[in-house]
Amino acid sequence: MKWVRHIFWLGTKELRAVLTDPMMVFLILFMFSGMVYLQASAVTENVNNASLAIVDEDNSLVSRRIANAFFPPNFQRPDYIEADDVTGAMADGRYLFVLSFPPNFERDLRRGWQPTLYLDVDATAMMQAGLGDGYIQSIVAAEITDFLQSDGASSDSPVALQTRRAFNPNGTQRWFQAISAVLDFLSLVTIILVGAALIREREHGTIEHLLVMPLTATEVALAKIWANGLIILVAFSGSLTLVVEGLLGVPVAGSRGLLMFGAAAFLFAQASIGILLGIVARSMAQFALLMLLVVLPMMMLSGGMSPVESQPNGVRQFTWLFPSRHFLSFSHAIVFRGADLTLVCGDLLRLLGLGSAYLVISLTLFRRSLSASG
Amino acid sequence: MSDVSAVRDSIVRASGVSQHYGTTVALQGVTLDVPAGLMVGILGPDGVGKSTLLDLIAGARKLQSGELEVLGGDIRSASHRRVLGPRLAYMPQGLGKNLYHSLSVRENLDFFGRLFALDTADRAAQIERLTRATGLLPFLDRPAGKLSGGMKQKLGLCCSLLHDPDLLILDEPTTGVDPLSRGQFWDLIADIRKGRPNMSVLVSTAYMDEADGFDWLVAMADGRILDTGTPEELRHKTDAADLETAFVRLLPENRRGSGVELDIPPLVADGEAPAIVARGLTKRFGDFTALRDVSFEIRPGEIFGFLGSNGCGKTTTMKMLTGLLPITEGEAELMGRPVDASDIATRKRVGFMSQAFSLYGELTVQQNLALHARLFDLPRDHAKRRIEEVVELFDLAPIRNEKSGDLPLGMRQRLSLAVAVLHEPEVLILDEPTSGVDPVARDQFWDLLVHLSREKKVTIFISTHFMNEALRCDRISLMHAGQVLVYDEPKRLADQSESGRLEETFIHYIEDAIAKQGGSEQPESADLLLGNAAQHAGSKASGFSIGRLLAISYREMKDLSRDPIRVAFASLGSVFLLLVIAMGISMDVDNITTAVLDEDQTPESRAYMDAFFASSYFTESAQLASHDDLMSRLRSGNISVGVEIPRGFGRDVRDDRTVDVAANIDGANTQRAGTVESYVTGAHAQYLQDLLRGQGFDPDELSTYGFESRYRYNPTFESLNAIGPAVPPIMLLLIPAILMALSVAREREIGTITNFYVTPTTKLEFLLGKQLPYIAVTMVNFALLMLVVVLVLGVPMTGDFLPFAIGALFYAIVATAYGLMISAAVKTQVAAVFAASILSMMPSVQFSGLIQPISTLSDAGQAIGTFWPASYFVHLSTGAFTKGLGWEEMLPSLLALVAFVPAFMLPAYLLLRKQAA
Repeated sequence: MKWVRHIFWLGTKELRAVLTDPMMVFLILFMFSGMVYLQASAVTENVNNASLAIVDEDNSLVSRRIANAFFPPNFQRPDYIEADDVTGAMADGRYLFVLSFPPNFERDLRRGWQPTLYLDVDATAMMQAGLGDGYIQSIVAAEITDFLQSDGASSDSPVALQTRRAFNPNGTQRWFQAISAVLDFLSLVTIILVGAALIREREHGTIEHLLVMPLTATEVALAKIWANGLIILVAFSGSLTLVVEGLLGVPVAGSRGLLMFGAAAFLFAQASIGILLGIVARSMAQFALLMLLVVLPMMMLSGGMSPVESQPNGVRQFTWLFPSRHFLSFSHAIVFRGADLTLVCGDLLRLLGLGSAYLVISLTLFRRSLSASG
Repeated sequence: MSDVSAVRDSIVRASGVSQHYGTTVALQGVTLDVPAGLMVGILGPDGVGKSTLLDLIAGARKLQSGELEVLGGDIRSASHRRVLGPRLAYMPQGLGKNLYHSLSVRENLDFFGRLFALDTADRAAQIERLTRATGLLPFLDRPAGKLSGGMKQKLGLCCSLLHDPDLLILDEPTTGVDPLSRGQFWDLIADIRKGRPNMSVLVSTAYMDEADGFDWLVAMADGRILDTGTPEELRHKTDAADLETAFVRLLPENRRGSGVELDIPPLVADGEAPAIVARGLTKRFGDFTALRDVSFEIRPGEIFGFLGSNGCGKTTTMKMLTGLLPITEGEAELMGRPVDASDIATRKRVGFMSQAFSLYGELTVQQNLALHARLFDLPRDHAKRRIEEVVELFDLAPIRNEKSGDLPLGMRQRLSLAVAVLHEPEVLILDEPTSGVDPVARDQFWDLLVHLSREKKVTIFISTHFMNEALRCDRISLMHAGQVLVYDEPKRLADQSESGRLEETFIHYIEDAIAKQGGSEQPESADLLLGNAAQHAGSKASGFSIGRLLAISYREMKDLSRDPIRVAFASLGSVFLLLVIAMGISMDVDNITTAVLDEDQTPESRAYMDAFFASSYFTESAQLASHDDLMSRLRSGNISVGVEIPRGFGRDVRDDRTVDVAANIDGANTQRAGTVESYVTGAHAQYLQDLLRGQGFDPDELSTYGFESRYRYNPTFESLNAIGPAVPPIMLLLIPAILMALSVAREREIGTITNFYVTPTTKLEFLLGKQLPYIAVTMVNFALLMLVVVLVLGVPMTGDFLPFAIGALFYAIVATAYGLMISAAVKTQVAAVFAASILSMMPSVQFSGLIQPISTLSDAGQAIGTFWPASYFVHLSTGAFTKGLGWEEMLPSLLALVAFVPAFMLPAYLLLRKQAA
């Protein structure tokens, strides 16, 4: 059990290195509190505060009625603009949507001449555009139906659809955002802390010193993983309890213990990647760039920003290699769906498997790089 | 050579200078008058404040209290420091500490020449003159990092002399330099002084024999001045025969050491097997042979010395013996076992101390010792006892709780040695353990070595540059250029020379070897240094200089070009990121796994679900058995939608009674759920229309109005068109910011920042000079990314390119300025990476309109987006690509980017210090 002791004591040195650097401690704390809160609360709804303008060439009861149906939080209060200004206003990004009522809309509607409404959508805003279009159409439909019904016409549909959202009935966006934010920072910090610690040892020559002692490369690597992992795990649990559950009010449906266990597995995998990058890079600058190459896709393609299911097949296979993708799916299952071990063991195994694979690769390279250095 | 009693001007006038760092006192009420035009030596044990004093005089460190005048002006005054810059030269402690290791000898010299505003012709002439005089001429194109220690110091000296300073400050310039190079170095200084008799030289040194040749000495201890005077005066005052003794007598009682001459009992050879054996050891790095056919045997308990010029292969041999370097050819044995890197058991029996300090700077002395005791598996009680013993032995008690990184060099060496012997190894391999250690501490150290060797039978393999240490070894081996020239008892070797001095024998052997090889770094003619004392610099010293700015840019550019991997990561890496992210981010949702809980099982219920499965959005999954089944499959993520059709659905539809159908959607991912919900509603509407059609109605006629959505800028609503132009702004901010922040943090970490402190370089020149190359790299990167967006991703550029490109230029300036701001606030490279990436990644990815338009964010999010440059560049990018904007519409964003330049540059400028704290 000598190696356990070695790993433990080497790890205490790592703990000290991070915890005695006030800048690092401040950044970690700030990230898991302020930044998580900011990111989670930034996007409150799928369609939130969307800017809308109305070109009302009809100026009738029904057009005003529809205009009044758009209100916060989903939409900003609509502005009225002229038809000639539509192109300019949208180019400036002032409005995401412009709804145009043609002249005599109400009259034609009453006469059953099927007048047409036009909606201009700024399609560069990917997510808002599609969803907002749908929202606007249903608001318009409801208002017109209402308007015509009060007029005496009836249009009961034979089948009524009730949509229910499981696990997050109100579709509160910040629940999802909070988990994504925490995960982003977990990915980022773990890789930077572990990788940079390794690079620093190499730049300062201390790694050589370690290797003339009765220590193995594996012990050195594992010490870095547990120590940095522990710091981040503590920050994570604090963030989860105080910020995510407390401040942001996200209910955690499943077992917290299981979630922590999964987080530990995830940190293990990320730290192994950190070690790997720290070995491949020859300097801090190279490491920083490599880290970006790995972390940015992880942040954007693990499912927190856009659904994994939507990725083209090639990219989806590639992102399978990201531990963050499996951890996101794992934590969603636990936090929102209240899943138990049997339901998430697949994700958990993938996390552990990927982590082990990265660790084995990095240890192999580590030993090789040490014997080749001179 | 000079008459000190004559009245001379002072170059340095200090009164009551004190300097504290935390609880450590570096200088305490130093009052000193240094006469001009002399060679002045500062002597003292480790950590008495020599370096601090020199730092203060050079203006590299901020004076805390007291008065200090250098060359007739107050060092506190920034304007005087500006005048001072071109008049003094400073070489900090450490081999090649202020050199740029990736740059060649010529490039280093050229850089310093430009900093001091020498014109091209002067520069060329000076470089030629100085390198000829120092013998560096043949090595002009060799990178500074690949020079031997002695050559690095010579190059450092050349760099200092380029601008003909009036005051030359050298901090332990010969520490860690071999005797031959050391001799050459001092000859060189003497020659320079012949050529420039008015130049004053201020040197700190640990070599007493060197100090003997100086004109005037300052003896220091514990941050105070003990005495000053010529070597003759000091010897006379203390009634000592040599300076070393004189110095020791000047020291306070408790720091004098035993004073007893070291007595080394003869080694008792009892025919045991040798402890260390090397047979035909050879090491090659690529084409370069670092070590050729080296053989020796070291007996147990022997002290075996390794001498040789810098870079002759001493360190390589030691590293091979410890298993740190694989052996190319030959054999090595330690204690009868072949050297094997994976042999953990042998490592426990060996203690190794490497040349560079390799303990943990962030741990205290005590923590370092405790950690090593644990790692060597010392039992707890034993560890405690051993730690006390070495603390006592190496006099570490007073600094026990200080961070080892903050200790002066000599103290750190002591600690390293304490760590090396902590586990009582049988073999000690020590690579220049006493470099930078003062004479008293060195004697104590040798006491210990002798004790270990003779009493404990520890075999000691040590390399050194000190001849008096070499004389104490049982046997020594002389090395040069990877080969052992001779190995024998030191006395016998010394006797080979006429004077009977080992140093002479040493130099003789090495000069011989050099002559045989033909290659030489011998000075061609010292006369070259005579005459030519024209004042080159000075006139253009103060004020902003484009020349200096460009010198810094040019050097940074060279540095970048030496690391093609970094450049490749920056450019190809961002192309890779662009492709992966642009293709990977897609808001399109399809293949929604859907299952039905059909309690009705009629053709009508079947028809309802057909409306779903007719579209490619939905994929049918196995039917559900119950509501619980539905929930559990939703929970497991097995399905995304579960539709419940109640019993009696078919009958109700036939009878035209309104019937409720429920769709349960997995709401965990709110983004996806929103889209799924709209698709479900769509499928439902489709069913209703089909139903009407089946009943013989035309649904189109029944509708009361039409609704037409026009998707502007991206009519086909492709993710690629929206994401493609939005991704480059992230990369063009993050990459330059991080590289920039690291570049400054690195200078601070390796020490080249001193060149900024002590040269006339202004803050603005330094900042802009460092920034320029990264702006250029960013613009190249920009061009590359644009090509990829247009040609590979196939996003057409519909707007004006020119305002976009101008925006990119300002964006590059802003991104690098941001990096500068970060770098000015952090101390280490790790913190620079951490701060630069973390603080810029979130606002760039989340709050700059990449996915969510800024207008739709929360107030805080909007505020961050508004005050973050990426937002404006995203607007320019999407404007130029998809929105087809022109000059007029892009101008506001362009101006916003311009406004960010001072917003980031100003804090960077204010946070940057022209002196160390």
